[in-house]
Amino acid sequence: RGDAPNPLLVREAIRLRGVVQGIGFRPFVFGLAERHGLAGFVRNDGECVTIEVEGAAGAIEAFGVGLIAEAPPLARIVAFERASRAPCGESGFVIRASAGQGAAAAAIPADLAPCPDCLAELFDPRSRFHLYPFLSCTRCGPRASIVRALPYDRANTALADFPLCPACAAAYRDPRDRRFHAETIACPVCGPRLDTPLAEIVAALRAGRIVALKGVGGFHLLCDATNPAALAALRARKGRDAKPFAVMVANEASLDRFARPEAGHRAAAAGPARPIVLMPGRARALAAGVAPGLAQIGLMLPPSALHEVLFHALAGAPDGIDWRTQPLPVALVATSANPSGEPLVIDDAEARARLGGIADLIVGHDRAIVTRLDDSLLMLADGAPAVLRRGRGLVPEPLDLGGDGPCVLALGAHLKATVTLTRGREAFVSQHVGDLDSPAADAFLREVAAGLTGLLGLTPDLVVCDRHPDYRSTRIAEEIAAALGRPVLRVQHHAAHIAAIAAEHRIDEPLLGAALDGIGLGDDGTAWGGELLRIEAGAWQRLGALAPLALPGGDRAAREPWRMATAALARLGRADAAAARFPTQPLAAALAARIDRAPVTTSLGRLFDAAAALLGLRLVQDHEAQAAMELEALVTTPRPLPDGFTLTAGQLDFLPLLATLATPGLTPTEGADLFHGTLIAGLAAWIAAAATEFGTDRVALGGGCLANRVLADGLAAALRRQGLTPLLARAVPCGDGGLSLGQAALARKF
Amino acid sequence: MIHGAGGKAMAELIASIFAPALANPYLAQGNDQAALPIPAGGRLVFSTDGAVVSPLFFPGGDIGKLAVNGTVNDLAMAGATPLYLSTSFIIEEGFPLADLDRIARSIGAAARAAGVAVVTGDTKVVERGKADGLFIATAGIGVVPAGLELSGDRARPGDRVILSGSVGDHGVAILSQRENLSFATDLESDCAALVPLVAAMVAAAGPALRLMRDPTRGGLAATLNELARQSGVGMALEEAAIPVKPAVSAVCELLGLDPLTIANEGKLVAVVAPEAAETLLAAMRAHPLGAAAAIVGTVVEDPRRLVRMRTAFGGERIVDWLAGEQLPRIC
Ligand SMILES: [Fe+3]
Ligand SMILES: [Mg+2]
Ligand SMILES: [Zn+2]
Ligand SMILES: [Zn+2]
Repeated sequence: RGDAPNPLLVREAIRLRGVVQGIGFRPFVFGLAERHGLAGFVRNDGECVTIEVEGAAGAIEAFGVGLIAEAPPLARIVAFERASRAPCGESGFVIRASAGQGAAAAAIPADLAPCPDCLAELFDPRSRFHLYPFLSCTRCGPRASIVRALPYDRANTALADFPLCPACAAAYRDPRDRRFHAETIACPVCGPRLDTPLAEIVAALRAGRIVALKGVGGFHLLCDATNPAALAALRARKGRDAKPFAVMVANEASLDRFARPEAGHRAAAAGPARPIVLMPGRARALAAGVAPGLAQIGLMLPPSALHEVLFHALAGAPDGIDWRTQPLPVALVATSANPSGEPLVIDDAEARARLGGIADLIVGHDRAIVTRLDDSLLMLADGAPAVLRRGRGLVPEPLDLGGDGPCVLALGAHLKATVTLTRGREAFVSQHVGDLDSPAADAFLREVAAGLTGLLGLTPDLVVCDRHPDYRSTRIAEEIAAALGRPVLRVQHHAAHIAAIAAEHRIDEPLLGAALDGIGLGDDGTAWGGELLRIEAGAWQRLGALAPLALPGGDRAAREPWRMATAALARLGRADAAAARFPTQPLAAALAARIDRAPVTTSLGRLFDAAAALLGLRLVQDHEAQAAMELEALVTTPRPLPDGFTLTAGQLDFLPLLATLATPGLTPTEGADLFHGTLIAGLAAWIAAAATEFGTDRVALGGGCLANRVLADGLAAALRRQGLTPLLARAVPCGDGGLSLGQAALARKF
Repeated sequence: MIHGAGGKAMAELIASIFAPALANPYLAQGNDQAALPIPAGGRLVFSTDGAVVSPLFFPGGDIGKLAVNGTVNDLAMAGATPLYLSTSFIIEEGFPLADLDRIARSIGAAARAAGVAVVTGDTKVVERGKADGLFIATAGIGVVPAGLELSGDRARPGDRVILSGSVGDHGVAILSQRENLSFATDLESDCAALVPLVAAMVAAAGPALRLMRDPTRGGLAATLNELARQSGVGMALEEAAIPVKPAVSAVCELLGLDPLTIANEGKLVAVVAPEAAETLLAAMRAHPLGAAAAIVGTVVEDPRRLVRMRTAFGGERIVDWLAGEQLPRIC
């Protein structure tokens, strides 16, 4: 026998699961092991990191504590397993190649804003990365947007065409360097380059011009958000709609110049995902054309080094890094560069072809965008962040479903479509694909579905879609299922809304939920949208609904709130008043005359439309939910109308409220307060009664109406006052963007 | 009319109503079948159709005219000359004889206009509630000359799509009648036999004509999707080029319907090789049934077989076919 192992040595195997890959975790483990004088190795194994350490028992103990306490900021450890092993007299600590993992269980990291260390280098004139718009390290930079295939190695990214210079190659190989194995490492010598001098971009923006700038997940259209003429030009060239634009500002301190952020808004905006965060705007700080008629404004901080150096240039290229903590009076509209209704432009040539009529200056660079990712959008609801659109910075980080299940592919809804693919206990919810009316969006949805299954190397056992036969996503689900020889499961729209919340909160027991939504096809073939549901183990049951209103003209009624107001007048027995009330609508009399023959809906979204039009606020919408958002913007203090609703056998009826809103002389502001206040009171009473009967103290609140902060906050608070625990959508949108997750979750239990 | 009427009563019914309306030598033989001469040359074309419509009488037509033209047009879309028709009546007990008489005469007139003979038929009376007044099933035989090969699988990328006139007239005329919509009173169903138009088209375009189809149930949207699937191609339409009458637009706007999904009974879609498109269009426009004909799109390569349309606002939307009635999709 050779040397017996030192009896004082111990060896331990540690497995960590959670967000532990693609964030510089292995170099961190390497450094920690070296500091504690331990031998062994660290290796990525599927979705886990496996570590074996050998050394003195005390050192291993300290190492274990450090793993948790000192983990990189982006790490999220959800499971930590330890087991002892026989010491083998190993010397030195190594990072082992990820062996035999393939794509089957690998993770794709999300795109993240520059980390503090990279920012320090970016604005350090002595650094070789000084003002380099494409710097990154293991903890930051582009990832999901540039990955072509797994495993996540440089050769499989858009940086494959950029061979490393000696300095970058050395950093890549040095375990003590922050860029050890940073697949996106690049510098001015060897990396991508912007095709236009910064000075030219700055000059264009200052002159009120529109600039198309290639960002992380696609092109943005940028212009000076304080310049009304620039805004007017952008609106005129992009199309006639009044959709609110997002605005990018230089840094956290600058948020306050343009908005009144709460601590939660500030934290969310400054997070490494750099989403657009909806927050109360500051009157007249921005040109009126940014978010016409709305009180909330979507602000975003620079999502990449490129945007950092752009703001630095806009600030007059100050020395040092202090400017990053000073408020800067610069705000840029940063809206997705897409011809109306079509997916975001990601390619330089495509940008020149399709954005030429919109942008005065088109700025690209030679790093390709592989995966189209819109900006993520986030709001604060009931005091915590709630994602309204999943995109850059969030995708494709999986959600933990808490338990194993079959592999299902869910295709979502027709509007705000997303795709969800499950693998074991993980759910990969795709980026926002958008509305599926255009051939380009149809292609994008297929591309996302194929991309997810292909990248992860999975073949779904089941394909899931909505019950609606004419959603584009339903057709695509049918085609994919037929090609795979797998069955299609059709899930009711609002059951999926509730199931998405159950999935996020990992609730397995029967759950009571209120789906407060636009319209989804109900089990009875009618248009649902204000439903109390019970979901359990893949099944759902309707416990109650709002009193139905006519839906004259189907989807037309969603675009033209005056039609819903006419439906409300009809319920009040005053249909004949519609023509006089809406003199600008030539069809009003004919519509009112046959309103009894129209289909009906229980949708809460359409009730918002009815209220907005009854108050004369908006008769025809330029974009989805415009009327509801404008109504919300008018709220000062929600105030319930006494006896403003009735509750009968599970049916909630706001007829008395509608009667009041229809009364001439009520100002829109009074109406908005009464509408929201009564809605909150009525919904809370309705839900609480059902919860008592159900014998539960928690209730899921889902559906697109929860994007209304007054409603979300007010209803959550009202339910809590009744001793109930409201559960809201957080990581996936409350609206149809979250539908694919709910579909997948329900299907897995089917 | 009485359910279960005996042989004699039925014979009298036929003699008094159908025989005079449909008179021709084959029917006059009084057999349970018609013995027909075999047309010389070409191939036989055979088709069948069931007419169900409410109301039975509508502006521009009635169920009888519809029953004849439905089958006649299906034959004509193959480039065939329709020759013989059979009719089968399912009549609800209590159906007014005067209405039946009117419908029989309408069938006669439509058949004469289309140049076909109703050579055989059948009549059944069912209990009250078992039929919505009257159903008529027709079958027809025509002959297509040798060398003329029109088929739904022949559209090729680059071909042009020509529409013979405005869309939605029939469906909207019916709806307006049913829904009592006063502002569409002058709108009539386009119900017509397309035989003479087809003859002019075949003469003008010859073998460059790939296929024809009448966009009946499901409208232009369903027909183009059918053809795209059959031919394994996509179609790219121009919204501005598709003729829609103002009354049709108004009713569609009111009811939230898409005119492209509404039935037509006297229109056809033709796919033609690009070099013959203008010639064919001119020939169609020279005929009263094709006076408003227009090139509405192009056949494109598309493995997804989508029918897409450039909209008036410059966007592009998918023209899908509906699974059933139009259901709201906006959440
Ligand atoms: Fe929904
Ligand atoms: Mg037919
Ligand atoms: Zn970094
Ligand atoms: Zn380099």
